[in-house]
Amino acid sequence: MADHLLLDAGSGGLASQRLIGQYFMQAFDNPILKVLDDAALLEAFTGKMAMSTDAYTVTPLFFPGGSIGTLAVHGTVNDVAMLGAKPKYLSCAFVLEEGLDLEILGRVAKDMGEAAKAAGVWIVTGDTKVVPKGSLDQIFITTTGIGEVLVANPPSGHAAKPGDVIVVSGSLGDHGLTIMAAREDLPFISDVRSDSAPLNGLVEALLQACQVHVLRDPTRGGFATTLNEIAKQSQVGIRIRESALPIHESVRSGCSFMGLDPLYLANEGKCLCFVPEDEAQKALAIMRSSPFGQEAAIVGSVHEDAAARVILETAIGGERLLGMLEGAQLPRIC
Amino acid sequence: MNAEERLRDPILCHSLLERLRALLGDEPMRFMEVCGTHTVAIFQSGLAQLLPANLTHLSGPGCPVCVTHDSEVAAFLELAENPEVLLATFGDLLRVPGPEGKSLKHAHAHGAQINIVYSPMEALTLAENHPQKTVVFLGIGFETTAPAVAATLLQAKERKLGNFTVLSLHKLVPPVLKTLLDDSACQVDAFLLPGHVSTVIGLAPYAFLARDYQVPGVVSGFEPADILLALCELAKARKEGRPCVRNAYPRGVDDMGNPRACALMEQVFEPKDALWRGLGRIPESGLKIRSQYADFDACERFALTFRPVKAIAGCRCGEVLKGAITPADCPLFGRRCTPQAPVGPCMVSTEGSCAAWYKYVGLKKEAKQ
Repeated sequence: MADHLLLDAGSGGLASQRLIGQYFMQAFDNPILKVLDDAALLEAFTGKMAMSTDAYTVTPLFFPGGSIGTLAVHGTVNDVAMLGAKPKYLSCAFVLEEGLDLEILGRVAKDMGEAAKAAGVWIVTGDTKVVPKGSLDQIFITTTGIGEVLVANPPSGHAAKPGDVIVVSGSLGDHGLTIMAAREDLPFISDVRSDSAPLNGLVEALLQACQVHVLRDPTRGGFATTLNEIAKQSQVGIRIRESALPIHESVRSGCSFMGLDPLYLANEGKCLCFVPEDEAQKALAIMRSSPFGQEAAIVGSVHEDAAARVILETAIGGERLLGMLEGAQLPRIC
Repeated sequence: MNAEERLRDPILCHSLLERLRALLGDEPMRFMEVCGTHTVAIFQSGLAQLLPANLTHLSGPGCPVCVTHDSEVAAFLELAENPEVLLATFGDLLRVPGPEGKSLKHAHAHGAQINIVYSPMEALTLAENHPQKTVVFLGIGFETTAPAVAATLLQAKERKLGNFTVLSLHKLVPPVLKTLLDDSACQVDAFLLPGHVSTVIGLAPYAFLARDYQVPGVVSGFEPADILLALCELAKARKEGRPCVRNAYPRGVDDMGNPRACALMEQVFEPKDALWRGLGRIPESGLKIRSQYADFDACERFALTFRPVKAIAGCRCGEVLKGAITPADCPLFGRRCTPQAPVGPCMVSTEGSCAAWYKYVGLKKEAKQ
């Protein structure tokens, strides 16, 4: 096979089969996928099921801490987990650009396979299309995940209650700044790494021990936007203590240089967890015992507020609104 | 604690606030900052809410996007439609609405070639990579940005990159301060002078503030304690009746500025009258590319003119920029004009007065509690 992807590989014929065999079967290896029927045959769950789908496109495809492959697995695994579910199966659809360097495809597939294995999920079905050069930027991936809901009352953005305490599983803004720095090749931003990680193990431990009201991963729009969504859904006020927020110094200084706010940058391996006050310490300890929650912190609390505001208590003792992200954050001019 | 963290230390900030209160006494004071980074720092840190009741904070014309005139916006929107042109711009400008309500984002969606760059040098790389296009770099910004643009233009000349041009819409800070002080609608008792701009120009260009207008000006850094220290200096100067121009940000700003950067600016640009949003034409307040570099001047290359355009109906950005009203006083604020659908440019840039007020204060008329 040539070093670059040809349109033939999307034809459904032998070229397609070779591509699937060579790149995906090996990387995703599991007994359900191996059957290669038109659909995957799955055992039914006994209880409720959670399902989520997400399309992934990122430039560059590889960045410190992850790749489009890790994101395509972690993003969907985490979305399913946020509903209080144990993710089990993923489907994946690739749209590939003609002429794609096959070494890149191999690396992406390998990253996906390893991420799925580490998260304990199987990629059980998939599809591949090849589109003419220029129709898209190298690789788009869509993954859909399903999982078994583990609790009778699954966490929901509508379930925040006054008195709840908010625990965040670790540092904020790392992924967003990493992508921006890698995309634009910004030499003055260093020491930043994407936090791309599967949170299903951490979530399962939390659900077993605590009464979790809300569980959300602050991806696009970041921490601040996610909190505002929850405040509106639950019709409550939220207060956050700025001095308690875990933010790496490299992210803080990079953001300060660019005029960006880390609270609006995407995270790909963090969750926000709302629990009753008397369970906050327990939730914190569980998060910190996970490899993906070492820097977890209690950052705020929920209050009655008909206007559903999110208020930031600043480090110097002031207060201000912590609003939604309006559009993409853009670096400033001076 | 590192140095920056110390300047966010609550105990230090509260002792500076006490000192500021004591220095102000019962006297009211209206101070204006003219730097978008100050605007954001004051709101973001929560300082806006903690300042003494008799101290009024005004955000002046300190955000380059906000002061860009409608005619200038119309000119670069027109340029974007030229199929020969590849526009290179800082991201901030993408959302600025032109007279018809359309922005570069709309132009991009309709096929205009617009690239976001983070430095002017990136625009040079674009020119190298797209020899069949003419790259126009939108030169917007104050004295902070202009030297880097000048250096880029000189590089283009050296590398004989005939397809690189700059649309210079640069503006200068000292002339606009003078205009504000000459305007009776603008009542400013003291200026918090911009940290970034002053790294380039130093203190001398502000001397007229104290000398001719008896208004003190103090250069400030961006951490809460930096700003409070500068405010204390301003209050002290007012109290003692000894207006002066001072540098309270010596770790970032040399009193003499950066002579090399100034020389670059001087070599490539010459002062010209410029249009400012809400303030109109201000003599010698902009930078024009000198005639010996005319080949790199987008105005010359495309015979651009800044035609008068109809003002945006109801938009009071101009009065906000003068400190005559606060953003929340504008009838459009938070109603027809929001960051999702900005009517005026002060709502566009994250460092614009209106966007900062909307984001950090909300619809309340008063920033303090």
